[in-house]
Amino acid sequence: MSTPPLLRAEGLCLSYGALAALDQVGLALWPGEVLAVVGESGSGKTSLLDVLSGRRTPDAGTVLYQDESGATREVHAMAAPLLRRLHRSDWGFVHQDPRESLRMEISAGGNIGERLMESGRRHYGAIRATAAHWLAEVEIDPARIDEPPRRFSGGMRQRLQIARALVTHPRLLFMDEPTGGLDVSVQARILDLLRRLVARHRIAAVLVTHDLGVARLLAQRIAVMRAGRVVETGLTDQVLDDPLHPYSQLLVSAVLRV
Amino acid sequence: MRGYNFAYLDEQTKRMIRRAILKAVAIPGHQVPFGGREMPLPYGWGTGGIQVTAAILGPQDVLKVIDQGADDTTNAVSIRRFFARVAGIATTTRTTEASVIQTRHRIPETKLRADQILVYQVPQPEPLYRLEPSRVAARRLHALAEYGAMHVRLYEDIARLGAVAISYDYPVLVNRRYITSPSPIPAFDNPKLHRMAALQLFGAGREKRIYAIPPYTEVRSLDFEDHPFRPHRADGACALCGARDSYLDEVLTDDRGGRMFVCSDTDYCAGRAA
Repeated sequence: MSTPPLLRAEGLCLSYGALAALDQVGLALWPGEVLAVVGESGSGKTSLLDVLSGRRTPDAGTVLYQDESGATREVHAMAAPLLRRLHRSDWGFVHQDPRESLRMEISAGGNIGERLMESGRRHYGAIRATAAHWLAEVEIDPARIDEPPRRFSGGMRQRLQIARALVTHPRLLFMDEPTGGLDVSVQARILDLLRRLVARHRIAAVLVTHDLGVARLLAQRIAVMRAGRVVETGLTDQVLDDPLHPYSQLLVSAVLRV
Repeated sequence: MRGYNFAYLDEQTKRMIRRAILKAVAIPGHQVPFGGREMPLPYGWGTGGIQVTAAILGPQDVLKVIDQGADDTTNAVSIRRFFARVAGIATTTRTTEASVIQTRHRIPETKLRADQILVYQVPQPEPLYRLEPSRVAARRLHALAEYGAMHVRLYEDIARLGAVAISYDYPVLVNRRYITSPSPIPAFDNPKLHRMAALQLFGAGREKRIYAIPPYTEVRSLDFEDHPFRPHRADGACALCGARDSYLDEVLTDDRGGRMFVCSDTDYCAGRAA
């Protein structure tokens, strides 16, 4: 590909004491592309996401991000205010548990609006209109704009979290098990929504999941992790239909078919 | 008075407090920690303000102390008498005659001059306190000037009630940098903070913080472009002096629903009634 990657990681190492969570991990993500990181629990997926997003500093290795001006920045060498600004506007984060990013006592509109106010917007009417628009985008009735998320169902909270992440038009989205803990029909609706929004707004995303079905639906490319190493990468269909590494084969064959 | 140093505190303590004040003046609106001392009055009664006052008083100073605008309430009378005894300085109830004014929850109606100092008693110096309970996290937010959450509070008020419902301790942005608590003065007084000629010092005794607004500093009350800050004032006139521009207290006069509005600033009211 001729365009430079949006996010590039090289030689990432991270250990918790004797345990190596990441061992020489490298990957690249191009604009508008969804990359799924799959693997069993404890394989280092979430650690990788934390390191990529600058929330955790690796023992070795670099993460390079190309910002809106086209300049390449080393995520872990960035000054704290700059990194926070990225997190506030250019990046979005979708957690497994919506409570990690939502304020449960504050209205849905306030939750979405907070990202706008953090990036300096000061017009109440405009903030509210944008919040209502994004509620509709994630299929929540805009009439519920003044209700706090604690009155929402699990699936609605997750959709609200997605609206909050996308309201600043991020170019890069980090997702950590975005459909974990939801029942299958709610999962399907959220996956459908994510796929549509990510494609329409050309958002690049790193998606961490243990669910190969989620990866197949959302991601163009896939990286299989095991014990802190990326054992196989490739196009999603290629990896899932014709896995090369024995561990990938094991993972694919372990999926329950009904 | 014998047995006490001038103005109660020992000279080392005063120097420490003055250093904190100098730093606070240099960084308008920034909270500077200081080694707060035990004072002969309980926390919540103005231990912070009294230490700041003790550190800046000189023998020539004339002190005025107000509590909720009034010169004749217990807190004001006690602190005024305290400094009259331990510093032997002159005291006054006249705003124009005072060189140092210690205040709890009000700014005098009379415009202050450049040769005066206003000392606030502050119960809670951290404006982000309700939004961010961790002091470490709140300090980081100040350092990075990340104040989005503060506007969420205003947003919620407008969404729910149609207007910002903060009537006292209304947060301000000092010198376009630090969000600061103006102490629990009514929002009515907030415009007086802006470009005030007098030096404003804030002392929080329990929390052991000092901060300052230097003379002629820009102080903006937080608001939205389409919901500008509006100070609230009871619609009425003072029953004693007839003032329509001063901040009013509502006073119950009997148990049959009788009530009246009077100026909260007693000196201003007396000056007008005379």
